[in-house]
Amino acid sequence: MSGSRRIVVRISLAAVAIAHLVPFYLLLSLATRSPGSTGTIWVPQFAVHWANVTEAWTAARLGPSLVNTLVITVVAVVVSAVLGLCAAYPLARRVTRVNSTIMSAIIAGMMVPNLTILVPLYGFMVQIHGVNHRWAVILLHITFNLPLIVFLYTGALRGVPRELDEAAAIDGAGLFRTLFQVIAPVLKPTTAAVVVIVGVAIWNDFNFSVFFLQAPDVRTVTVSMQAFFSQYNVYVERAAAGSIVSSLPMVVLFLALQKYFVKGLASGAVKG
Amino acid sequence: MSTNGYAVNRTAPTVRRLGRRGWRINLLYLPALALLLTFIAYPFVRGVMYSLTDWNGFSPSYHWVGLGQYQRMLSDARVRTVLLNTLVYAVASTLLQNAIGLGYALLLDKGIRGSAVVRTIVYLPIIISNLIMGYIWYFIVRNNGGALNDVLIAFGRDPVNLLADRHLAVLVIVAANTFQYVGVAMVLYLSGLQSIPRSCLEAAEIDGASPRQRFWRVTLPLLMPSVTVSMTVNVIGGLNIFAVIIALTGGGPGYATSSLGTIMYQLYFGEQNAGYAAGLGVLMFLLAALLGLTTLGALRRREVDL
Repeated sequence: MSGSRRIVVRISLAAVAIAHLVPFYLLLSLATRSPGSTGTIWVPQFAVHWANVTEAWTAARLGPSLVNTLVITVVAVVVSAVLGLCAAYPLARRVTRVNSTIMSAIIAGMMVPNLTILVPLYGFMVQIHGVNHRWAVILLHITFNLPLIVFLYTGALRGVPRELDEAAAIDGAGLFRTLFQVIAPVLKPTTAAVVVIVGVAIWNDFNFSVFFLQAPDVRTVTVSMQAFFSQYNVYVERAAAGSIVSSLPMVVLFLALQKYFVKGLASGAVKG
Repeated sequence: MSTNGYAVNRTAPTVRRLGRRGWRINLLYLPALALLLTFIAYPFVRGVMYSLTDWNGFSPSYHWVGLGQYQRMLSDARVRTVLLNTLVYAVASTLLQNAIGLGYALLLDKGIRGSAVVRTIVYLPIIISNLIMGYIWYFIVRNNGGALNDVLIAFGRDPVNLLADRHLAVLVIVAANTFQYVGVAMVLYLSGLQSIPRSCLEAAEIDGASPRQRFWRVTLPLLMPSVTVSMTVNVIGGLNIFAVIIALTGGGPGYATSSLGTIMYQLYFGEQNAGYAAGLGVLMFLLAALLGLTTLGALRRREVDL
């Protein structure tokens, strides 16, 4: 690449970076200024108004909501990864006609946008007394993420030589020991991808949570933020501060474990 | 070799045990299958049934109305608007994300110092909730005190109330969605670009191909598998757009920016019209299948092997 073209690329990249940082800069500027300030948020206020954070924290009940979100995310991620690996093993290792059909049916589940069945799902949840219970949303998150998880694990399992299973069997390992102590360690990169994709999707979920977790003490962060915002949308400074607080855990995790995030999310390419 | 794929000598005792394990390992997929049947397949069937009734969402009684709900959609102006919006959200943001994402990937692929930082910045919104990203855009485009209008005023122009304008508000939603997820396409294309062998591009260069020809004739055809994945995922995700709309406009003014998802929410909880809402869910499913499979099929055909 010639020197002048290099400069053009470099300037373009800088422009991209700035353009993508501007919304976050404005958010930060809004979240740190005193409520009711009239000047533009392009010019940040010199002294940070920390009360925005504490007021958003209490008014939007962010503490309990963060705990709810964390519990739901951790349980759903762990259970769906285990169930997904279990399901993928026979589907990848015993390729019979029945199993191939089941595999296709599961993969087809990836093409179903969750909003399409929300109405009947709500009716069903009312019936089984799942509305406003965390377990209900956990079950839904597990189910709706399973197709992708099975897809990722079967793909990865095809690259693991069968000799490994056989060697484990010869050494006397049962099915579960073979799967979780011999095979699973080889699949660690896939597990990392699964945890990242599913973890981000569940942590940020709004579609399910807003339907099934309306009661204040079971709300997740997104539902609390939406309730807070629609109630007090005149206090944009606090809403902005709340937005930052609710996103911060994921952002910190992302910056610390970036390699896994980018690789993992690219392999699943879930949303958007 | 047995049908289960184990290339083994069936007479060896230890291995025979493994062979007998054969069908029983199928039990491992039963829990997953049970969940998928209970929470996806069964509600889906139930949704189709609801859509043939006038059920209000809570009363124990209802009437069969046959295809009445679907007939009603045909003459409902609201459904026409919402359907069009949903298609705009899905198609426009898919095209934008992929065009811009490809552009970003080409820039990042030049291997210039600092590329990793730019990648991180573009990628960041993906891990933030789309509801929160919607609010961030609300702070920017809102009428009074929005950052965008401050710029217009500074340049002596009149402020624009973007979210009150039915057409502009749709574009704001497309832009917000594109901004958030352009990083997905970017990362997919970047890894696609990095898997293209240098020798192909060098051979084209030696044969006298201009940079433009090299892009259209070599890079892009070899990138088609990434395009297929990215576009299909984006189209289906675009149809499911919900939180950004709730955050930015709530579907308004009126229902001018509603998608199938937000109108279903409104019909079910607001107007207690569960049968109609379920019918729209079925419609949305058909749209997803149609649009997803069309995209997949159209792009698959353009993929080339090395």
